[in-house]
Amino acid sequence: MREKLLRWESVLLLLCIFVFVWGSASTPGFAETDNISFLLLDYTEVALLALALLPIILTGEIDLSVASILGFCSALTGVLWDAGMSFESIVPIVLVAGAVLGSLNATLIVRFALPALAVTIGTLGLYRGLAYVVLGDGAVTGFPDVYRPIATEEIPGTFLPYATLVVLLLGVLVAVVVHYTPVGRSLYAIGLGEQTARFSGIRVQRIKFVLYIVSGILCAIASLVYTLRYNSARADNANGMELIAVAAVLLGGVSIFGGRGTVVGVASALLLMAGLRNVLFLNDVTNEIQNVINGLLLIISVLVPVVANLVRRRRTPAAAAIPGSPPPQETLPDPVGATAAPHGTPEEDQR
Amino acid sequence: MIHHRWSGKRALLAVTSMGLAAALVAGCGGTTKDSAESGSGSGANSEKVADPNAPIKEGLQIAFLPKEIDNPYENIVDQGGIAAVAELKGTGKEVGPSDASASSQVSYINTLVQQNQDAIVIAANDPNAVAPALKDAMAKGIAVVSYDSDAAVDARQVFVNQADSESIGRSQIQMVSEQIGGKGKIAILSATPNATNQNTWIEFMKDELKKPEYKDIELVTVAYGDDDDQKSFQETQALLSSNPDLKAIVSPTTVGISAAARYISSSPYKGKVVLTGLGTPNQMRQFIKDGTVKEFALWDPEQLGYLAGYAAAALASGQITGKEGEVLKAGKLGERKIGKNGEIILGPPTTFNADNIDEYDF
Repeated sequence: MREKLLRWESVLLLLCIFVFVWGSASTPGFAETDNISFLLLDYTEVALLALALLPIILTGEIDLSVASILGFCSALTGVLWDAGMSFESIVPIVLVAGAVLGSLNATLIVRFALPALAVTIGTLGLYRGLAYVVLGDGAVTGFPDVYRPIATEEIPGTFLPYATLVVLLLGVLVAVVVHYTPVGRSLYAIGLGEQTARFSGIRVQRIKFVLYIVSGILCAIASLVYTLRYNSARADNANGMELIAVAAVLLGGVSIFGGRGTVVGVASALLLMAGLRNVLFLNDVTNEIQNVINGLLLIISVLVPVVANLVRRRRTPAAAAIPGSPPPQETLPDPVGATAAPHGTPEEDQR
Repeated sequence: MIHHRWSGKRALLAVTSMGLAAALVAGCGGTTKDSAESGSGSGANSEKVADPNAPIKEGLQIAFLPKEIDNPYENIVDQGGIAAVAELKGTGKEVGPSDASASSQVSYINTLVQQNQDAIVIAANDPNAVAPALKDAMAKGIAVVSYDSDAAVDARQVFVNQADSESIGRSQIQMVSEQIGGKGKIAILSATPNATNQNTWIEFMKDELKKPEYKDIELVTVAYGDDDDQKSFQETQALLSSNPDLKAIVSPTTVGISAAARYISSSPYKGKVVLTGLGTPNQMRQFIKDGTVKEFALWDPEQLGYLAGYAAAALASGQITGKEGEVLKAGKLGERKIGKNGEIILGPPTTFNADNIDEYDF
């Protein structure tokens, strides 16, 4: 029980509650339904990207091209819409485009065993560039009023925007898959040790491949929300959003080396970031100071588990050796495993 | 391994064919650009009647939302605006994003609505992306004024224009033509590719170039420095090295012209390539003094903000509604008539050169 209370997820939830209580008490206008729904709406795209990133980071990989896929899909939506295509047929095309871009990432990372960081930094630039190639410097607007409410309006009578509902449903889906299915468990296994996972019969490559495709599709969904919400399709849409999404995932207690993290944690982190940003905005705190606060939060989130481990080990030196208390063993060998595995495995596979 | 190879391709194939099937199904009929456009175009916010004699309300809260908070030019504009609001016994403030991207202003607009501001004065990064949020603001009774860079016409009541776009665009060409003797290749170094005002000016510049007296001037290219100092600097470098016979660079943005001047002043092109455009005297003083730049132009940004501040206060007090023909009383600037589409024009730009630059401090 005490373990549970001390978990980072619980700390985050408490911080969340604190921010919302503090906001409603100190800041006029914060607790109004309009504001809450706007606050949720403002983070829908980040939340979708974070949902795409979470399983990938759990396996110890990364996808930095998420915001660029969003940008490309938005540009594609703009071009097709401008060409007179119906919105109903643009949607599936854009989803496929997202999947294709995701599978290009996957091909490079999984098939050629290239480091995900390098590949997706490359495709971050590549996809953003392609977005400019497709749409150029212009902006396309005038998206149909029939569909725009999906990205802008709330469910009548509540503060919950439709877009947030979509995020919630997808979030629950990801949570079920990650936490309650064999596939989900194998994500953690891959993150903790790819070799071991492979030898345990987990189809590491197939799972990774699918993860990147799913990531692409989620980014495409995010792009549709983004385009409709701002009623503006542009190549530079969501520029730089990948870092906010990665920050949200890490703040949510997901280990960048893989193998550790929960959907609840990421959801709380998103809510915390959205709430904090809104309160600070309403109090006229500038963007620069907000970046400082977010940066500190992120560092604290990485620091807290490490410090907690150190404290625990110092208090009970034997605890580190007992299999029942995994944290020290879990976090320390990971960096080595994560960096060494992609290089060693393909050769072993071929043998 | 073979197994894995197929798994990827198969997944890809499945996704693609599923999507294409869905596209086919959905392709027959649906909402297209044409059908969506026919439904729009209802001018809802023109029923209010202006009362020219209504007093300016005291204690108005007016917020200025520049394209980005670190843009020195827009800071000066906003200072002028905040000063005007103070004259009218209100409170003015400047808030804004730290990047000039389309969507980042939207969060600020929503925040200002939530703070119950009386008026929002905005320089739009993307006229359409900010439109829905601004319309929401107007629906809640908040006065919306755009300045410097316009928002969509139905998403604001008044647009305070620094000078009429046509005379700015054309005068840039006249200025550069005079300096290069009416002959040679020129290039434009603009802000972001979507910047509404720069694009309008560039259109008029291109139109001016069609006149017979400029037949020997060739516009080689338009480069975009994104109103980022570093990028503008690099773009200048690239322009000059890829076009060795370039005679002049016109940069209709303050960030662009000062970055370009900084590059040229320390390069062999100094004195050989003409640089002109729109800049602030304080940024350009050293380059005028060292001979890199002979002449550039700008309106007085402080007056622009001042006029926008007065327009916002007058709108919030019901003195004007933004209809054509109404008259705005703008303190020390006198009166301005509201033109077509709610446009208010500040006046013609001022030209700065070695003779007069020391008279200005902004």
